[in-house]
Amino acid sequence: MPDLLVIVLKLLAVAAGFAVLPLLIGQAEHKVMAHMQGRLGPMYAGAFHGWAQLVADGVKFAQKEDVVPAAADRRIFKLAPGVALVPYLLVLLVVPVGPHGQVALDLGPGLFFALAVMGVGVIGAIMAGWSSANKYALLGGMRVAAQLMSYELPMVFAASSAAMAAGTLSLSGIVEEWHWWWLPWQAVGAAVFFVAGLAELRRPPFDMPVADSEIIFGPYTEYGGLRFAFFLLAEYAGILVLCALTTVLFLGGWRGPFLDTELGWLWTLVKVFALAFVVIWVRVSYPRMREDQLQRLAWAWLVPLSLAQLALTGAVRVLAA
Amino acid sequence: MQDYSHTYAVVAALLLIGGGIVAGGLAANRGLRPNRPTVEKLTTYECGVDPVGGGWAQSYVRYYVFGYLYVIFAVDAVFLFPWATVFAAPGFGATTLVEMFVFLAFLATGLLYAGRKGVLSWV
Repeated sequence: MPDLLVIVLKLLAVAAGFAVLPLLIGQAEHKVMAHMQGRLGPMYAGAFHGWAQLVADGVKFAQKEDVVPAAADRRIFKLAPGVALVPYLLVLLVVPVGPHGQVALDLGPGLFFALAVMGVGVIGAIMAGWSSANKYALLGGMRVAAQLMSYELPMVFAASSAAMAAGTLSLSGIVEEWHWWWLPWQAVGAAVFFVAGLAELRRPPFDMPVADSEIIFGPYTEYGGLRFAFFLLAEYAGILVLCALTTVLFLGGWRGPFLDTELGWLWTLVKVFALAFVVIWVRVSYPRMREDQLQRLAWAWLVPLSLAQLALTGAVRVLAA
Repeated sequence: MQDYSHTYAVVAALLLIGGGIVAGGLAANRGLRPNRPTVEKLTTYECGVDPVGGGWAQSYVRYYVFGYLYVIFAVDAVFLFPWATVFAAPGFGATTLVEMFVFLAFLATGLLYAGRKGVLSWV
């Protein structure tokens, strides 16, 4: 019975983290973007620096009418936001925040699970694009599919480089094997993983599929109210998951300067938020890439680079043994 | 086997929680939001003008070659994961390393071939 209680508490912790952390990233995006672009950003809601803006946004979304276009494929259209959001919750289940079992579920093939489930989130956007029966949404959905196909591959190669270096697929196991010299050794893999992850999340500069200035909002054109809010939440949850996986695979997860066992969760969070800051920074700094540039970056740069990283990892691992 | 199903029971439980959050949110939302559908409101959105042509547009999927490529490469990539956990185990020596370079050479040659054929450049 205590076992069951532990599991329930862990599941609640995962759900709580899923509810709070993406909102913090969203709030950080409001403020960081405002500062980087030399403007105020939302300043009124909640009096102090507009801290309640996200709450106000949430209330606004909850009050809006839920419009399903007459031409849409109703059931798929209504299901899509859930398919986009829930997979990121599932990935958080296997992300360790500290040593000695400070993870909701220490899954043997955890890395494999995380990558597979993360890919499902993209299906939600494709479903939305197809079922809306809207030309912009269809174009956006097609672009989402194209992007998934090009960037999933380097992402998988880079992740398996970390698995090769550690000799295990368990995410906790990978952090346990981690040493500081992984940073230079796996640097290329880490960069490829992060960039490919950004592209999979359709974050700027890879936001071609949702390009609001040309195809309105791509797959989400016809959405409004809470369903649209779920898609937005999925984007921030995706940032959280990507940053958490990058932290665990390449940056040593819970390892910090001292007290790894007690403060592991803190080091993990610090690294995750530092990476989330980079995600926002990149959004502010780079213009959107064109579709052919996206494909070129994936196939001409990221795939060969990740293959080179695999060769390097394998050679070092076998020759050093 | 029991341990295995036990592990994935936790995953299933979280899946239910996630589904519950989304469904519960939408159900609660039902009481908060207005519902006044009109014909104009339910029309497909095309920047304010009436939709041109049918709702289901035709589109040329330019990247289907990328699709094929991806399937081929991804099937190869899946085999990396089980191999990654054992390739450096003592006793294999350089055998696994040579295997890896053969594998990578196949992938690199495939990519190079696709590139030379011109399928990697956008039409």
